[in-house]
Amino acid sequence: MSRNLILGAALSSLVVLAALVSFLWTPFDHAAMNIPDKLRPPGGANLLGTDHFGRDIASMIMVGARTSIAVALVAVGIGMTLGVPLGLTAAARKGSWLDEVIMRGNDLVFAFPSLVIAILITAVFGPGAVNAIIAIGIFNIPVFARITRGAALSLWEREFILAARVAGKGAARISAEHILPNVANLLIVQGTIQFSLGILAEAGLSYVGLGAQPPTPSWGRMLADAQTMVSFAPHMALIPGVAIIVTVLGLNLLGDGLRDWLDPRIRVART
Amino acid sequence: MSLLEISGLSLSIHAQPVLHGIDLSIAPGEIVAVTGESGSGKSMTALAVMQLLPGGARCDGAIRLDGTEILNLPESRLCALRGATVGMVFQEPMTALNPVRTIGDQVMETILIHKAMSPEAAEARAREVLDRVGLPPERFPLARYPHELSGGQRQRVVIAMAIALRPKLLIADEPTTALDVTTQAQILDLLKGLVQEFGMGLLMITHDLAVVAGMADRIAVMRHGEVVETGPTRHLLADMRHPYTRMLFQASGHRVDLPPTRTEEPLLQVENVSRDYRLPRRALFARPGYHRAVDGVSFALDRGERLGLVGESGCGKSTLTRAILGLEEVQSGQIRLDGEPVFSGHRPNMRIRRKMQVVFQDPYGSFNPRHRVERLITEPFHLLEDPPEGPERAEAIAEALEAVGLRAKDAAKYIHEFSGGQRQRIAIARALIIKPELILFDEAVSALDVSVRAQILDLMAELCRSHNLTYLFISHDLSVVRTITDRVLVMQAGRIVEQGETEQVFSDPRHPYTKSLIEAAPVLPDPEEIRRSQGHV
Amino acid sequence: MLRYALKRLLSLCLSLIVASVVIFAVIEVAPGDPAAFMLGVNAQPDTLAALRAELGLDVPKLQRYLAWVGGMLSGDFGTSYTYRTPVAQMIADRLWVSLPLALYALALSTAIAFPAGIYAAARRGQPGDMAVMGATQLGVAVPNFWFAMMLVLIFAINLRWFGAGGFPGWDKGLWPGIHALTLPAIALALPQAAILARVMRSSLLDILGEDFMRTARAKGLTRRQALWRHGLRNALIPVLTIIGLQFSFLLAGSIIIEQVFFLPGLGRLIFQAISSRDLIVVESVVMLLVFAVISVNFLVDLAYAAVDPRLRART
Repeated sequence: MSRNLILGAALSSLVVLAALVSFLWTPFDHAAMNIPDKLRPPGGANLLGTDHFGRDIASMIMVGARTSIAVALVAVGIGMTLGVPLGLTAAARKGSWLDEVIMRGNDLVFAFPSLVIAILITAVFGPGAVNAIIAIGIFNIPVFARITRGAALSLWEREFILAARVAGKGAARISAEHILPNVANLLIVQGTIQFSLGILAEAGLSYVGLGAQPPTPSWGRMLADAQTMVSFAPHMALIPGVAIIVTVLGLNLLGDGLRDWLDPRIRVART
Repeated sequence: MSLLEISGLSLSIHAQPVLHGIDLSIAPGEIVAVTGESGSGKSMTALAVMQLLPGGARCDGAIRLDGTEILNLPESRLCALRGATVGMVFQEPMTALNPVRTIGDQVMETILIHKAMSPEAAEARAREVLDRVGLPPERFPLARYPHELSGGQRQRVVIAMAIALRPKLLIADEPTTALDVTTQAQILDLLKGLVQEFGMGLLMITHDLAVVAGMADRIAVMRHGEVVETGPTRHLLADMRHPYTRMLFQASGHRVDLPPTRTEEPLLQVENVSRDYRLPRRALFARPGYHRAVDGVSFALDRGERLGLVGESGCGKSTLTRAILGLEEVQSGQIRLDGEPVFSGHRPNMRIRRKMQVVFQDPYGSFNPRHRVERLITEPFHLLEDPPEGPERAEAIAEALEAVGLRAKDAAKYIHEFSGGQRQRIAIARALIIKPELILFDEAVSALDVSVRAQILDLMAELCRSHNLTYLFISHDLSVVRTITDRVLVMQAGRIVEQGETEQVFSDPRHPYTKSLIEAAPVLPDPEEIRRSQGHV
Repeated sequence: MLRYALKRLLSLCLSLIVASVVIFAVIEVAPGDPAAFMLGVNAQPDTLAALRAELGLDVPKLQRYLAWVGGMLSGDFGTSYTYRTPVAQMIADRLWVSLPLALYALALSTAIAFPAGIYAAARRGQPGDMAVMGATQLGVAVPNFWFAMMLVLIFAINLRWFGAGGFPGWDKGLWPGIHALTLPAIALALPQAAILARVMRSSLLDILGEDFMRTARAKGLTRRQALWRHGLRNALIPVLTIIGLQFSFLLAGSIIIEQVFFLPGLGRLIFQAISSRDLIVVESVVMLLVFAVISVNFLVDLAYAAVDPRLRART
């Protein structure tokens, strides 16, 4: 096991642990305002200080981790459950109209940056965590479809697939029995990378007010609140930023480590 | 004085020993062949002379090239030697050229990088060497890109690059292994001609003893990183001292004993079959063109018969194989197995499919790496309406594995635990397990080392005796087809140009194409004959 | 080559048509009547009807779609529901901030990533490589808008080298404009540069393993000569793909970054439009962004053909 894998797993599990613990315990009530104690710097009773309403930043970070993880995880789930079957189908029917439609559809979604999808969705249905999930999830679909198709296509050229066809197995059965297990490693690695990109995207969407709405705490909105106060309360901006960096860095290291550990030949699409 | 003098060369890569005390020398104008099976270290010897070894490599001993000891030369001096004093030709012409630069550019680079000539003179020289290797200016202008050339033509470009500065030594690492026999013969002639014309030394690495015999002045036989035997070619072939050399020689020309089993009852009937592939449209609304890969092919295969199908790459033999297996529908004609069509109503006929199995070429790619052997070889059970279960299934697995010389307990292993030869045995077990009436061997021994190939051929002969096999053996390798089949079909450009009893076709070919194939194929000399001729001299 | 370009152009037009249908359809399903929203709950039915007619909301959907597309083709993006001014003018003003910002960032990102990636690849496994890879690993993880806030904190608030935000307008001269866009461009470019440098490095390392690189070495090229003469152009093919994709991220990213620096770009316009339900502005800006992304991908396709002769031949 590589250093990347260990460090990545450690950082990622730290964040997940903080999110899980927040269901049972936080240092303070994350939503409790306490104006007299506002804008306390880190150290003292509030380990990471307080914000402009006197809320405990450490508690908000812990609860905010839930939002980030939930949004990114469900978005990866959407991308995988829709994208992987699409990619497998396109590869199994390579060159057919179905392949063409799936790939053109992919290109089309790629033409909408995730933020633009989010803007369209919020313009119609209003902002919120669920819409953020949908926007990031939609963006993940072509990512998974494309890498699944690419990997599956090279597997379809292999002789063991030909052997399965000679044994009378159909495309669906071959995809499930032979293709999917052989692209699983790739999907795990790419899933980790998309997870980290989802964390970043969620933070960006909440920052511009298209993500989770109050009172749900989120790292992105903590940063939006901090912006006007950055000159006299820099900790308000610094701490959520570090939380995001630690999470994304951890997941990326985990992804790279998993790749080296599972199969060094895997190529990850990172954009 | 010799041109290249390797003495006591030992090589280790990341502390893993690869070569042990290699001694080898080449005189100007001499062709020395290094031969051996995979893993013998023959390619590493070549790369050591170029000092283009992989990272972590350490050399001990001495390599003197034209009087210069190269093992302790600095990298800049080595760069000055490479391309100018010693040139190299590689195995894979399809990937050896930079796809985004023209061939003229790449040949000129050899000259310009050594600042040997002015750009104008370099261009003239590039043109001249390309002419010399058989790429005339009217068809192969300097502005051609590699993807516009065939494999053989690309290999000529690589040779042109290697000889552009008239090096004293040329190293060729399996230069014809990736090529068809007729192309191979032309490239070997070209290399021989260049050696004569320029008085170069040629270090030729090849696994093919027949090529070696027809080409080299001297031979070095390698095994496990050591030279086991070396000597002048005719001398060495007439009097092989080392048991490994003898084994290699015997395995290369291995003949098997096929039992007579033929009946007059047709099993597979191919009637006037054609298969077209659509070509990409030339213009947006133009009618798409077609490439006829198989063109009106007819033949029959009797029960118990062993039929060969030979042809060079692109002749349509793979397409025909797929059509027979019912993997692809044909545009016209009919393929019947046991009287029933393999394709009916645009769908493969499953009842027929189960009477047929196939063994593929690549022992590494033909198994799902994530499944155990028992699951791998029982995959054809999917074709049966009532596949055996429980103890019956275990028995079938054991029986199939034992038939191919493996043990029943190998069923629980994964495929990566087996060598290439063992994998090919497992592939045969997979084909045998449903007791098919017809087996297709698609280049089934082409990727194997000669000693392993001989064992697999023996196994096939043995199975013919015990299982009364009927098979179609598809191969580009004439010597193998000659020994393992009763009858043979010769395919060229989608058509069967000749068919007949194997011995008959080989000893007295009728069609000019068959003649050219047989002429081009290098033959292993008979040691007896060499001895006799030497006696006369 | 020409046929290849025409084919890509045709595919570009098709993508644009489908994208416009999707955007129009999504905006159509938006609940609520813009006219009712604009006039408030107490609107008289006849004023409502008059406004609907004025906004062109009373004709069938297909006709509205065709009018919208036809208008865009002739440069008429309709009239803003909120401001009652031509959308085209609003967009044009903002575009002069957003587009230069994205291009500035793209140039910066490429200028940083290429040398960094080549440097790391040439020193694979050595300390220089490790340092570059460590820095890019961190760069990939940094959210650009947070990085922007940190830049403001350091360079605007503490060091006072730059203003903390706002845009003077190009009529004040080229230099003040570029000066105002510098911090935003850096904030956008660095995280993207980290990704691009990683792609450049791994793509080069892949090429280093190719047979033709060994051929080049056998001709007498040094490791470095082989890398520059044969490696780079081949490695560029995957890198171009990423540059194309990055442009779309930079455009989207600039929408967020404009919020940090209070820049009057498309981002500000679109958020104002969303909050006032000015859907025709949202619709047009989104279409414009998608148009930009699709056109850049078209340019990338052409660049492929310039780099790779195999593509020129295949049509």
